[in-house]
Amino acid sequence: MASTTAERTRNPVSIYRGGQGMWSWALQRITGVAVFFFLLVHVLDTALVRVSPDAYDLVIATYKTPIVNLMEVGLVGAVLYHALNGIRVVLVDFWAKGPRYQKQMLWVVAIVWVVVMIPGAYFMLIHTVEALFGSTS
Amino acid sequence: MSETLPGSADIEPDDLKAARVPVPPQAIAPALAQPRSKRSGRSNFELYSWIFMRVSGIVLVFLVLGHLLIMNILDGGVQRINFAFVAGRWSSPFWQVWDLLQLWLAMLHGTNGLRTVINDYAEKPRTRFWLQTILYVAAVFTVVLGTLVIFTFDPSIG
Repeated sequence: MASTTAERTRNPVSIYRGGQGMWSWALQRITGVAVFFFLLVHVLDTALVRVSPDAYDLVIATYKTPIVNLMEVGLVGAVLYHALNGIRVVLVDFWAKGPRYQKQMLWVVAIVWVVVMIPGAYFMLIHTVEALFGSTS
Repeated sequence: MSETLPGSADIEPDDLKAARVPVPPQAIAPALAQPRSKRSGRSNFELYSWIFMRVSGIVLVFLVLGHLLIMNILDGGVQRINFAFVAGRWSSPFWQVWDLLQLWLAMLHGTNGLRTVINDYAEKPRTRFWLQTILYVAAVFTVVLGTLVIFTFDPSIG
């Protein structure tokens, strides 16, 4: 039976075509674009220190609200993935054995991400959780 | 180079595999026009851009993850940030240089990343031109504003 175009293009021509190689690349793009737009906003909010202490404190107060606090965990998670997978991309490009171990390195990225995010999210959210549900201590 | 091998127009790659005939790469890989993209002049800009993304990326791993660890995770995180906290940090040249380097590298890295994304998805030259113009205006504005804020910060304002 003749194969479809989709089946044929799934041949292992590049590590970036199909499978983990492609999805890690797509996630690198999505996190990169998201972090870039936050960066533009973040420089603007920091620029308020040149307006007045009150103006700055007022806007920074929104960063301490529960919903924005939760979004900060998403931001840190996005930056952390982008950084870890970025190191993986550098190793794929410059380390002779990088392309051979790219899948294993993606597992390392995933494990390090989870290991860092669990305590990270805890410390980022502890104040919000205590404010919403009462202090546990 | 022709799109198909001579005399192979009706043969599918899988048929060749089944017949245990060695399959040349041209029979599997989609035919791409050569050269694959138009080269404007003899510039090595895209090579330098590729190297810059990797070099700046490695430096940013330390700068940005350090920034996020201090600002969001340690010692109360974002809850303790206010004008006085910023004033305390920027009284030290170390953190001024840290933030300045972080601003410039992150903006150049991010702007170059978005330039690539626009080139990949905006196919009409006019769309490309306008999206990239907006990108560069926003990037220059943000870098200039951020740099001015770091250099002209006045802790006794207001």
